[in-house]
Amino acid sequence: MSFAVDIRRTVRSERRSFHLNLRFETRARRTVIFGPSGAGKSLTLQAIAGLLKPDDGRIAFDGDVLFDNATAIDVPARQRRFGYLFQDYALFPRLNVRQNVAFGLSAGWRNPSARAGDDVVDRWLHSFELLDVASQRPGELSGGQRQRTALARALVHSPRALLLDEPFSALDPELRDRMRAELDELLQRIDIPVLMITHDPQDLAWFGDEALYLREGRIEARPERIVAQPAPARLKAV
Amino acid sequence: MDAFVWITLALTLKVALCATVINLLLGVSVGWLLARRRFPGRELLDATLTLPLVLPPTVLGYYLLVVIGKRGWLGQWLQQTFGINLIFTWQGAVIAATIVAFPLVLKSARTAFETVDPQLEQAARVLGLNEWSVFLRVSMPMAWPGILAGVLLVFARSLGEFGATLMVAGSIPGRTQTLSIAVYEAVQAGQDQTANLLVAIISITCIVVLLAAGRLAPVRTVR
Repeated sequence: MSFAVDIRRTVRSERRSFHLNLRFETRARRTVIFGPSGAGKSLTLQAIAGLLKPDDGRIAFDGDVLFDNATAIDVPARQRRFGYLFQDYALFPRLNVRQNVAFGLSAGWRNPSARAGDDVVDRWLHSFELLDVASQRPGELSGGQRQRTALARALVHSPRALLLDEPFSALDPELRDRMRAELDELLQRIDIPVLMITHDPQDLAWFGDEALYLREGRIEARPERIVAQPAPARLKAV
Repeated sequence: MDAFVWITLALTLKVALCATVINLLLGVSVGWLLARRRFPGRELLDATLTLPLVLPPTVLGYYLLVVIGKRGWLGQWLQQTFGINLIFTWQGAVIAATIVAFPLVLKSARTAFETVDPQLEQAARVLGLNEWSVFLRVSMPMAWPGILAGVLLVFARSLGEFGATLMVAGSIPGRTQTLSIAVYEAVQAGQDQTANLLVAIISITCIVVLLAAGRLAPVRTVR
């Protein structure tokens, strides 16, 4: 897989204006974009997913152009076929786990029914150990169950890559390492390309086949490989 | 007398229901627009559409006469093009009630849409839904309790509309005379019994509607 991103975008709020000026290419199976909060990580992920339109530039995945200002290409988010795991999961609060997972399978005007789903949904519920809570709503779930529901929802319509927005920050610290191991195992099992953004050096150590350092809207240094080190020394100060 | 009361009640309900349906459609679309789209003049539009809440109904009635009256620019055009006259008709009463009650549903709908977490709409987009489906499957179901509460207030307000309705539709018994106007006429004519009955009917109806609105209003913000 490969992401080729070269975009610019200015975001203005009342108090400041922020310039995102990104240029990177990655061919790694798992890429982590690492940076402090306010560096533009979420904007980056949103732009790739098609939720934020860059002012200028080009985004391509595996040679498939998703956005190109020069040729006026802007593939809408619904057609980019990425799985997106939101920071606090963005599960639909009025729908149960099964409906949440089945949500993306029908693009029509009605939500899936409370007992919706076919074999595909059942298979994901089963493999994510969610069958027992399938009829519960997100509010009744534990942090881990919520994350697994969000992952199942993102994966059920076979996306071509998975975009993860700070996947562990919504969890208790003591739960994080367990969930990292769980997600790591899971991603290896389903073998899907991953792009993760995070401010936690631990995530970098677990998932950063390739690491990109983002600071104030720019990729700071050349991407470098992280080798079997819990956290690179230069990051510990962050 | 009885027949008169029921005819008046039926007319009042017809006018209020029509005004409510129109306001539901307008309120949801404009409320969504104000909550989810950025455009120049957004707050000015909101303020203008909220005016009926603070303006005296007679002033609104006057504006309406200026616009849809026989010599109003829209009224003249309607008359010449379609032969439609709205003054002193029940349709005119519907227009008056619609405009007077509109801010109630607009405020509710805008607030209701604003409390929907935009990230849920984004999640739906990434999952393959087009904008219509996002609206119908995510935004609308989550905003619905707030919108419904506003719609019930609109219904109650339309039932009791007096000033603008009187100016635009007049007080023709059986044709444009609604309950609240009939109360006024009955009191003026010294028909206390009729007035009592009309007042009781309108009070009970409004209490029921308000109770329903209170039950449906979102007590807590559900995320």
